[in-house]
Amino acid sequence: MEVAMVKIQIDGTIYEVKPGKNLLETCLSLGFDIPYFCFHPSLGSVGACRLCAVKKYANSNDKTGRIVMSCMEPAVDGLIISVKDPEVKAFRASILESLMANHPHDCPVCDEGGECHLQDMTVMTGHNYRRFDFKKRTHKNQNLGPFIHHEMNRCIQCYRCVRFYRDYAGGKDLNVFGSANNVYFGRHEEGTLESEFSGNLAEICPTGVFTDKTLKKHFTRKWDLTNAPSICVHCSVGCNTIASERYGSLRRVVNRYNGDVNGYLLCDRGRFGYEFVNSTKRIKNPQLRQSKESALEVKEVSEIIPKLSEALKSKNIVGFGSPRASLEANFALSKLVGAENFYHGISDKEYHFTKLCLQILTSGAVHSPSLKEVEKANAIFILGEDVTNTAPMLALAIRQATRNKSIEKAEKIGIPKWNDAAVRELAQNIHSPLFIASPYFTKLDELAETTYRATSEDIARLGFAVASYISNDAPSVDNLNIDIQNQAKRIADALKQSKNPLIVIGVQGNEDIAHATANIALALKSIDKKPSLSIALPESNSMGLGIMEGKPFGELKIENDTTLVILENDLYRRVEKSLVDNLLEKCQNIIVLDQLMNETSSKADILIPTGTFAESEGTLVNNEGRAQRYYNVYPAIEPIRESWRWIAELIRIQGKPEGNSWQKFDDVVNSMVVSYPIFSKIKEYLPNADFRMFNEKISRQTMRFSGRTAMNANISVHEQKPPQDADSPLAFSMEGYQGVPPSSLTPFHWAPGWNSNQAANKYMVEPNGELKGGNPGIRLIENTTDQQQSYYKNIPQPFKPRNEGLFIVPVHQIFGSEELSSNGEALSSRIPEPFIKINLKEATRYSIRSNDTVHLTVENIDVLVKVEIDASIPDGVAGLSFNLPGMPFISLPKIGVIKKS
Amino acid sequence: METPLTKYIKPNQAPLDLKEYEKTGGYEGVRKVLKGMLPDDIIGLVKTSNLLGRGGAGFQTGLKWSLVPKEKDVAGVRYLVANADEMEPGTFKDRYLLEGNPHQLIEGMIIASYAIQAEKAYIFMRWAYKKAEVIIKKAIEEAYSAGYLGKNILGSGYNLDLHLHTSAGRYICGEESALLNALEGKRGIPRAKPPFPATSGLFGQPTVVNNVETLSWIPHIIENGSDWFIKLSTSGEGGTKLYGVSGRVKKPGLWELPLGTTIREIIEDYAGGMQDGYQLKGIIPGGASTDFLIASQIDTKMDFASVRAAGSRLGTGTMMILDDKTCPVAFIHNLIKFFAKESCGFCTPCREGLPWVEKVLMKFEEGNATLKDIEILEFHTKYLGPGNTFCAHAPGAMEPLQSGLKYFKDDFLRHINEKHCPWR
Amino acid sequence: MLSEKEREEILEETKLYPYPKAACIDALKIVQHHRGWISDEAIADIASELDMSRDEVDGVASFYTRLYRKPVGRNVILICDSVSCMIMGYESIYDYISKKLGIKFGETTSDGRFTIIPNTCLGDCDHAPALMINNDHYNNLSIEKIDLMLEKYQ
Ligand SMILES: Cc1cc2nc3c(=O)[nH]c(=O)nc-3n(C[C@H](O)[C@H](O)[C@H](O)COP(=O)(O)O)c2cc1C
Ligand code: SF4
Ligand code: FES
Repeated sequence: MEVAMVKIQIDGTIYEVKPGKNLLETCLSLGFDIPYFCFHPSLGSVGACRLCAVKKYANSNDKTGRIVMSCMEPAVDGLIISVKDPEVKAFRASILESLMANHPHDCPVCDEGGECHLQDMTVMTGHNYRRFDFKKRTHKNQNLGPFIHHEMNRCIQCYRCVRFYRDYAGGKDLNVFGSANNVYFGRHEEGTLESEFSGNLAEICPTGVFTDKTLKKHFTRKWDLTNAPSICVHCSVGCNTIASERYGSLRRVVNRYNGDVNGYLLCDRGRFGYEFVNSTKRIKNPQLRQSKESALEVKEVSEIIPKLSEALKSKNIVGFGSPRASLEANFALSKLVGAENFYHGISDKEYHFTKLCLQILTSGAVHSPSLKEVEKANAIFILGEDVTNTAPMLALAIRQATRNKSIEKAEKIGIPKWNDAAVRELAQNIHSPLFIASPYFTKLDELAETTYRATSEDIARLGFAVASYISNDAPSVDNLNIDIQNQAKRIADALKQSKNPLIVIGVQGNEDIAHATANIALALKSIDKKPSLSIALPESNSMGLGIMEGKPFGELKIENDTTLVILENDLYRRVEKSLVDNLLEKCQNIIVLDQLMNETSSKADILIPTGTFAESEGTLVNNEGRAQRYYNVYPAIEPIRESWRWIAELIRIQGKPEGNSWQKFDDVVNSMVVSYPIFSKIKEYLPNADFRMFNEKISRQTMRFSGRTAMNANISVHEQKPPQDADSPLAFSMEGYQGVPPSSLTPFHWAPGWNSNQAANKYMVEPNGELKGGNPGIRLIENTTDQQQSYYKNIPQPFKPRNEGLFIVPVHQIFGSEELSSNGEALSSRIPEPFIKINLKEATRYSIRSNDTVHLTVENIDVLVKVEIDASIPDGVAGLSFNLPGMPFISLPKIGVIKKS
Repeated sequence: METPLTKYIKPNQAPLDLKEYEKTGGYEGVRKVLKGMLPDDIIGLVKTSNLLGRGGAGFQTGLKWSLVPKEKDVAGVRYLVANADEMEPGTFKDRYLLEGNPHQLIEGMIIASYAIQAEKAYIFMRWAYKKAEVIIKKAIEEAYSAGYLGKNILGSGYNLDLHLHTSAGRYICGEESALLNALEGKRGIPRAKPPFPATSGLFGQPTVVNNVETLSWIPHIIENGSDWFIKLSTSGEGGTKLYGVSGRVKKPGLWELPLGTTIREIIEDYAGGMQDGYQLKGIIPGGASTDFLIASQIDTKMDFASVRAAGSRLGTGTMMILDDKTCPVAFIHNLIKFFAKESCGFCTPCREGLPWVEKVLMKFEEGNATLKDIEILEFHTKYLGPGNTFCAHAPGAMEPLQSGLKYFKDDFLRHINEKHCPWR
Repeated sequence: MLSEKEREEILEETKLYPYPKAACIDALKIVQHHRGWISDEAIADIASELDMSRDEVDGVASFYTRLYRKPVGRNVILICDSVSCMIMGYESIYDYISKKLGIKFGETTSDGRFTIIPNTCLGDCDHAPALMINNDHYNNLSIEKIDLMLEKYQ
């Protein structure tokens, strides 16, 4: 939408700017370095720190002007301001002087040092002489759990932490206490921060009060890090990250701004899951089993080659791809084994669900929204998914979307959206309509207009009913009780009235729910609405794998003399143990390429060490259908190689032509787009390895990188040549282009004077806006096909509690239900014990109590679980923690029986 | 001389109960407006009366009311709040009205509520006023049982609920937007303005906050009209004013006098002049957050315009006297200590600046100050000036300091030169 | 756990506002009225009663000066230390009380009888110096009156 620009005058020069922004954002977009603290682009303004002062003049005759806070002033036509008036500059320096009065000046030992917004602002304002000569006020620190370190004395009371944690992310257990010159930011009682987004405090806090505790354990100076643009591998949302290395180990993950996806934020799984890369479970060498009876032994590469060549001579070669491996690795595998022998390596339920979702998304009825678009939804219906645990950042976006009603209300009376506290004070408790149907309580429930607790069957029925109330053409649902009918009507009305209706489903649901969703979408489309559908898929490349051809488990028939090639996949997390045992037993040779020891890799005959996301390059397709690439943070150290490179080796051994032509990453991509034209967009969009900025590669290290000559001096005093990167346009050194690269290739955010993450604003057209040159990623799924569509009519029967036992539904956990992150040291300490949630009535029936340990038997699988009483679970139903470490995989939902142990 | 606000207040006696109040013509104003006046008529009348807010800022009351959007523009409840927080050092005028004539306030609130079409009203009162708490509660109950509050007041179809909320301490809660947060059960931190309470106030709804003294005027203006009101003052600003004097005067106290009475009259005629052996050195005219006036300005009229012209503010109209036996630095130090302690802690200059100033003043009192410290004080008077901080708290604190530095500079210097406080 | 009486009183207050949370300060005052101060347990009680988190309640409680987050004596003496009382000599009153009770500002006597707290202006400026003990105001103070005054509070 084009909006008329307004003219403002800054220090005598006239600028045309977008209206509706505050002056601070406007000036930052224009490139002015106005210092600020309490403002944050995603949090808006409150005017607390008083640092962003500028001079405002009443008219052109006014020569004195008055000091105003730029973050609290709308950029309106005709405004005359000065950002460099001496009085205002002195004022800004005074604010720093005030803040420094009690600051401990412990920069040399501070984890924020060198990347500190407070340091930057101090320098920027020019405050450097200390006049305050009294004792400093001090505070006690708290232990906030494994993720966040607390150092309260460094606090400058900008209130960002509580505004993010409470207002933005809905956290409950952090606040500001006290008043006057004794305000304390922390928890009411010491203890682990409960929010799934706590890690953002490390980036939101402009000083070193809240810092990354995992980095602290293996601390290194921020300027000594080697960084790469990366993509989070821990769920399907595909948040953009910057991953950083020093001395061959991964040190941290921080946000990489993507205006369409994660903005300035990450969830804790995404931020702290990275430690699996440094895990002691890493497979670092090839391993070989001499015979089926013997144990795996570490071998040289040369020793496994003959074995591989023997195995690859098998008549039947079957490959298992993986939703956590890149497109390129999966593609390479399918080339190795032949498309007809390529299996997706996920549960059949997940396979069919993903395929169905893809079909719906490409059918033309519904749009697959980016998170940014999710934030714009103004009526939302979630069916069967606990998004906070499966796609946390999607949950955060939904949380923001529920504010739209209040923002509209505010704008109607002239309060702009960025005037954050004012909007919240005006709106109080009003929310855009959000409806949640889920088998149990979810964290978003607190924002929901109605919630409905039921199993997938009934949730699907509600969905079908909603569709039928939107359009008479959609099939109606028989035997719905009046409450559900009313709820369905209410949901239908809200979706109908909404400008941007959004439906959310996910892997905890089933095909029935997907069908119902498709009907809602179609019904909305029939009344000229443009509905969106967000789907929480389980893994980082679930969608990419789904796009590729491949078979479900169920179609697998093992013949004699079969060699199985398993790519980055623990099959024991996909299907029941007995099935996998059976499968592996029947195979002649099992080749596993993976990063961590797990049940599957420990059963390999030939185990091949592959690089994690940090040691390889690859493309992932997120749940929106956005293809994004991650790049090596550091080179894979032989014999660890990128999966695709190892597979190319296998192909070479096999004697297929690709074996020789796949030398570089781009070679695989080139082959891939031939087989999958849909991926040619990726090739067009992402620069290949030959790309240069002004004839230079893009450096992974900032020019502040220090001590290269000294790094390895204990080994050799000769400075080592930095490793070369033939696969990407990035360089493993500080030599190279340091400016703003294409957004997908941004290894770090830095700008002169801006050493903190706030430098990201320099990479954008405007704060919280689009990155220069567009946001990273290319959308592969557009609903342009406009096929003839018809309503699904297969409405499931209502759920009935069973006499044989409880109906067990899966309960995904942000910490524990995803494989890789569960191997991170800090994150693993947050994983709960396997549990079962049931309501009090059922608990009484089975005479069990909260915290009892009980046996749950589903078919013939037995698992020991802790009982949690949860009033939100319907009768006849129980929720079982899903795929936590130490639990066997159970395909759910199924009937289970509880016995006291 | 007319004293409409205090006529029926008898020191050390119980206030008029409902019956007695009605006998003096009480609640006639409510009858009058509910029978025959449109809300806009009332606002118009209050506007022409030029009633200026008695809470300290002197904003025109009718104008404030007229900023509330009309019902057709904004749905939902509107609120009226009586600001009875009164925590400013030296100020004790609202207490007199709260304890002395509760129905006068309640009647004023009913009329004001009707004028802005509020359905709910609160009295936000300081926790320390324990006696007033009992008195107000009883008066509210009486008003409910007589049908002046509640549903369908006097058969007019107009509904109003009125509640008393007692605060939990903190001066900043008297600032109207902080007050709203406190009333919502939150931390009492001021809100950004705009939006003003008239558009987004209590619970996000249109709200008017008025001082107790301001609201107590309303029944009288309805009863007697705006001309009468304007003529009460000697200055044309309208009305009488509750003036108070504390400090070393013979008879500290509170009097209702025409707005525009001079300081001299108030001190000499009413407060009995200075105590024997004490000389008048300075006057803080209207509560802790106003600039000093000095003895030579004693003929200044105590109205908004004249005090402003003299370089200070009328504020609350309750003055504090600095005598020659009290150290001006100690006097200012005491005020600053108060303001530093009472800062809400939200914005940087106030939260960090006031304690710094306080520490520097302590240095003066201890005899450790240097000329550099004068600079630091002077710096802060500008640094914590209006517009630089989030609300008017810190700028208010700077008023006595900046004028103190101006008028009593020598006394500051003596602390430096003599290396101790000359008054100790 | 909240007593029946506390819960009833809180419920009464919640009726005065559009949502229960708004009665947070009232609830804190009610609990303090019954228990003398606000313990962590009381914070938790109020939080669950008003559907708030403990952090949220404590954020409010710790803001207000007249909400005590630490135990106080059976009787709380609030001595006005603002300017009018300073001029009129609150310091000597404080010194006397302090010596007599053997405690300083912010302290409680060992028998738990008294706590003294400095307080901003009590609105008694025309009768300075002034102080409050529990709910009672005392003004025009002089040292001679103090012993008798304190006697009333056991
Ligand atoms: C720090 C601060 C404290 C205040 N305290 C009070 C107060 O205790 N009582 C009061 O009526 N106004 C107080 N005010 C003024 C109010 O903000 C507001 O202007 C007043 O209640 C409006 O009433 P009026 O228009 O009737 O004067 C205070 C203002 C500030 C900045
Ligand atoms: S000036 Fe700032 S810190 Fe001081 S009371 Fe106002 S908002 Fe709070
Ligand atoms: S950034 Fe504007 S006041 Fe803090």
